[in-house]
Amino acid sequence: MIAPAIATDPLIRFQQLNKWFGRDFHVLRDIDLDIARGERLVVCGPSGSGKSTLIRCINALEPFQQGSLQVAGVVLHPEGQEDARAIAQVRRHVGMVFQQFNLFPHLSVLDNLTLGPIHAAKVPPAQAQAHALVQLERVHIADQAHKFPLQLSGGQQQRVAIARALCLSPDILLFDEPTSALDPEMVHEVLDAMTQLARQGITMICVTHEMDFARSVADRVVFMDQGQIIEQATPAAFFAQPATQRAQQFLDKLIGRS
Amino acid sequence: MPKTGPNPSPGGIAARPAPARTGGLAGWLRRELLGGWVSSCTTLALLACALWFLPPLGNWALWQAVWQPDVAACHAARGTGACWGMLAEKYRFILLGRYPLEEGWRPLLATLLLLVLVLTSGVRRCWNRWLVLAWVLVWVLFMALMGGGVLGWVPVPTDRWGGLPLTLMLSTLSIVLACPLAVVLALGRRSQMPAIRVLCSLYIELVRGVPLISVLFMASFLFPLFLPVGATPDVLLRVLLGIALFAAAYLAETVRAGLQSVPRGQTEAAASVGLGWWPTQRLVVLPQALGAVVPGLMNSFISIFKDSSLITIVSLYELTGSLGLALSGDPLWRPFMVEGYLFITLIYFVVCAAMSRYSLWVEQQQARSSAR
Repeated sequence: MIAPAIATDPLIRFQQLNKWFGRDFHVLRDIDLDIARGERLVVCGPSGSGKSTLIRCINALEPFQQGSLQVAGVVLHPEGQEDARAIAQVRRHVGMVFQQFNLFPHLSVLDNLTLGPIHAAKVPPAQAQAHALVQLERVHIADQAHKFPLQLSGGQQQRVAIARALCLSPDILLFDEPTSALDPEMVHEVLDAMTQLARQGITMICVTHEMDFARSVADRVVFMDQGQIIEQATPAAFFAQPATQRAQQFLDKLIGRS
Repeated sequence: MPKTGPNPSPGGIAARPAPARTGGLAGWLRRELLGGWVSSCTTLALLACALWFLPPLGNWALWQAVWQPDVAACHAARGTGACWGMLAEKYRFILLGRYPLEEGWRPLLATLLLLVLVLTSGVRRCWNRWLVLAWVLVWVLFMALMGGGVLGWVPVPTDRWGGLPLTLMLSTLSIVLACPLAVVLALGRRSQMPAIRVLCSLYIELVRGVPLISVLFMASFLFPLFLPVGATPDVLLRVLLGIALFAAAYLAETVRAGLQSVPRGQTEAAASVGLGWWPTQRLVVLPQALGAVVPGLMNSFISIFKDSSLITIVSLYELTGSLGLALSGDPLWRPFMVEGYLFITLIYFVVCAAMSRYSLWVEQQQARSSAR
């Protein structure tokens, strides 16, 4: 296993984190993971391996039962000892893009973007709107600001979702299979937007099976299976010669498919 | 993106318009009414029914009807023609109940004000601060007009209020009071906190398990027994609260259905942009939840409107009650109950139909603003 280069002070630190769904489903097992500021991480693995759950822990969408998790200097505690203030603080630092976009269908694109800044971060509306337009520009969709989400194509919706995540000026962006719900023709426009963001130095953690994206953008690939981190490597090393047989099988299937 | 231009034709087949339906009126008749023997038989059977029923009905309601408030003529025409003259004689009593006749302009004006307020509130463009102010003003004015005692108006106690103003006031106020409570109950029933969840479920199940009549009886007769002598609130107020609390339990279940229709991804997205629980409900979940159950909500509103007629049993004479009062107390006109019921049926129907049209209109507005 190749030890990735880690800055002295990681932005995100998982230490012996464990999570169960119910009593019997041990979904995350002894997770130890450090992520440096500015790092671009791709998490992959078969379905049910816990990769989505892993990144959902980072902005406290999922509670965990054991271990510790530090995000941007804030400590998140296991279930039962949660601190609502810490959770709110972490969410200020973390933006998230979902597989199903999860845009608010009853609000215009612009209102989707300003909802968080105005009502959670208490930014004055005019300022929030100006900032939102800048973010829409970043994903090349500012001309759709006054439409409603369902009037847009899937690729456009996902780019709006990326702009919405950017509106809180997060330190960390989480992507939970952002292209899996898209028509094949629309995948590249979303990946292009993500690649562009990656070049701008934001910390990104992506659950994705887009290997070309991982190759060209990621600093590190984390491979998970059955709730464990099995392998971590640079994309070049991982895709050329995975260290474990399980990863090799997974990659074979992925290549066979595409 | 949906395309509006002509479709491209990679296979060499050019796009062409769908064939138009042909045949005109005759074609429509043949297709819709006489298409196949089942359809033809049904059409003929319905036609026969209409021929059977319509002429006697027209005879009774129109040709043989008595239009003047003439008691003798009405009695002479009993069984063959309707006595619409009764309405000319009694309409004020039916519409205003026991309200003093010479003060009749006051409930009339109050009713008009209330109608204008309700109609204005239905238009989204009017939803602003002024509307809140208008609500306060109209209700103050409504109570002043109905109750009197100010501006030199003769005081009229609430037990003499009646007819249409009472029906409209009770149903509007109970709906307005029930809605926020219903939202709280629905949210409470889905709460993570067991105590709140159990409390809200218990309330909803208890109230839904009791008929409205018994709630009204309790509000009217039982409730004052628990209060110190002399501290009894007005019977109208008690009944109003009774209806509102009752309606809230039903509305709560409709609202809960709406809450359940909002996908979990919506609350997760709201959390991910930093919204707390209450802003998430208010800004993200409730607008979608309530939008999804407009037909169900309107259903409940319509039934509240009609259920208000039950308050007759506690001696408040709203529209239905005052009809009974107007006719049963007068031996001359007592036989013409059917005409009276048809009259108030028409009023109920107009109001309910308007509510149901409004609900459809809201649905169309939503479809236009959010779907592709």
